[in-house]
Amino acid sequence: MAEKVLFFLFAGLAIASAISMVYHKNPLYSAISLVGVFISLSCIYVTLAAPFIAAVQILIYAGAIMVLVVFVIMLLNLDEDKPLNSLRYLYALGGGLGIVLLAQTFFIFYAVLHAPNHDVNEAETVGKTLSIGAAMYTEYLLPVEIVGVLLLMAIIGGVILSRRLREPQLELVVDNELQKRNEAKEIGEYRTNF
Amino acid sequence: MEPSLASYLALSGILFTIGSVGVIFKRNAIGMFMCIELMLNAVNLTFVAFSRYYADVTGQLFVFMVMSVAAAEAAVGLGIIITFFRNRQSVDVDDASILKN
Amino acid sequence: MESALKTAFPYVVVAVGCLIAFQGVLMIVAYTVLAERKVLGWIQGRIGPNRVGPWGLLQPFADLLKFIFKEDLVPDKSTKFVYFLAPLVALTCALLPMVVYPFGPAITTVDWSFLPWGLGDGYHVLPLTIAQIDVGVLFVLGITSVGVYGIALAGWSSNSKYSLMGGLRSSAQMISYELAMGASVLGVVMLAGSLDLNSIIYAQIRSPFKWYIIPQFIGFVVFLIAAFAETNRVPFDLPEAETELVAGFHTEYSALKFALFFMAEYVNMFTVSVMCTVLFLGGWYVPGLGHIFEPGSIPYAIVSHIVFIGKICAFLFFYIWVRGTLPRFRFDQLMNFGWKFLLPLALLNVIATIVVVYFLNR
Repeated sequence: MAEKVLFFLFAGLAIASAISMVYHKNPLYSAISLVGVFISLSCIYVTLAAPFIAAVQILIYAGAIMVLVVFVIMLLNLDEDKPLNSLRYLYALGGGLGIVLLAQTFFIFYAVLHAPNHDVNEAETVGKTLSIGAAMYTEYLLPVEIVGVLLLMAIIGGVILSRRLREPQLELVVDNELQKRNEAKEIGEYRTNF
Repeated sequence: MEPSLASYLALSGILFTIGSVGVIFKRNAIGMFMCIELMLNAVNLTFVAFSRYYADVTGQLFVFMVMSVAAAEAAVGLGIIITFFRNRQSVDVDDASILKN
Repeated sequence: MESALKTAFPYVVVAVGCLIAFQGVLMIVAYTVLAERKVLGWIQGRIGPNRVGPWGLLQPFADLLKFIFKEDLVPDKSTKFVYFLAPLVALTCALLPMVVYPFGPAITTVDWSFLPWGLGDGYHVLPLTIAQIDVGVLFVLGITSVGVYGIALAGWSSNSKYSLMGGLRSSAQMISYELAMGASVLGVVMLAGSLDLNSIIYAQIRSPFKWYIIPQFIGFVVFLIAAFAETNRVPFDLPEAETELVAGFHTEYSALKFALFFMAEYVNMFTVSVMCTVLFLGGWYVPGLGHIFEPGSIPYAIVSHIVFIGKICAFLFFYIWVRGTLPRFRFDQLMNFGWKFLLPLALLNVIATIVVVYFLNR
């Protein structure tokens, strides 16, 4: 009984925050609503006996990724979203896609509800850090290592993308240019002065 | 008396729908990025629900991978958005039309 | 009727525990404000406030009344919703880790059958932690990460140059030092074998070094320095220093909203002091107390709890002492220090711990 109440509470919060995120045109309000979605989902993970994933969701999504997004919104000083003037067909496309996906959702709900399910295992040891850690370093070692390399690639990519031309290189470029122009001037003067 | 697996799948489907409709309706790059993150989270919820109902840790491991990929994507994607903004002072995706015609 | 009472009883106990802990944390924070002013005064050769009540002991209540009655300004061009939301986020995320603190050892020797209506049937252990979750350390680190939003949103929504600069600098500093803080905790978690704060204390009791500060001294120093940066305290308080940025991200806040930010800063100090105590100083464990009182009895729990609060107060005094002593870092020096020195040092500590633990477990 308590689990059902908690599920409907957090599910309602998640759906309301998601709709708020899509509705707002101001990107900062969308970002705050998305943080609300992440926190509601984290609470749902706790009720699903996955405390490690819940804590990692808060730490990574709400605490790192969305902070980065909020920084970018503040640094770029983004305005509100423009209305879809020349792209009215997008309303129909979006509406159609939404209806199709919702129909699929309800079909899945109906089908899984009437499928032969077995009971939930009340042991709840799957979500504990110990079992996740054990699986991560024995059976799933290769994906974890690949994810490490992927994150290294992302760090290097981020550093390269945000690089500006540094001052000594700028001076070298300017010096080269000045030297070429001086040489051209000398040769020019020599030629016109005979 | 826990909610059945179907409830969690329905919630995940609804969040995925909202995210995909948002990707189509949003006009700035950051809004689209956030809607994609919402879709990834809906999928994470599916994985965790299945992991609970079949007592298999694979689902939660996969959620971990998805989160790491989302973090990497956020770093590089926001870098691209900032570079885009530096060049043309706007993040409207309709302005990314140099290759057109 | 009885069965309804029995099902509601655990929730009532948890709610009462929350209220007591909340009250305790707020009292400690209020008197930390007073202690800071008095200790800073003594360091600077003067006495702190001593007019309100004996030795100034009623000063926090006077401050609270002042904050309530001040004029509540709202900047004209600010984003009102975010402006009101920011101090709430800051204070909520500062207070939330309170639910996982191990305030004392579990009480196991009390027979609960004296409770009416059979409420105490089947209960043998009263844990002194409000929520015993499996991933306490990650929870605290995650909630302090979310606390960055309070500062970033406050800086942006005030629509003022000083606030925006202060907010962005402060957020950048906090997210840079979060990594060093997390990496320094990894060594302790590896030695203890668990992320649960109570298990870490029990692991310290079982280990040959009673306190993890002895094998993890580098981790302790890194955690302490990162904690100073996380809570925006001297020597890392450039984003809110008065001579630099007026008041940083809380320039445009007055009255009760400023009081919320002020309290959030001191509750953050309390949070990192508790984490330092639990992870490195053995939490509520007093070596040798098990011989005087019986472990699990009420006197043992009370004395352990008082010693725990004493250790936390020692850290808070250290915070205030450093504030009166050190100058502040410039912002680029601060970021260099965090990324180029502290984070590699914390990672080296983790690698050294891995090597030692591996060879010890062979």
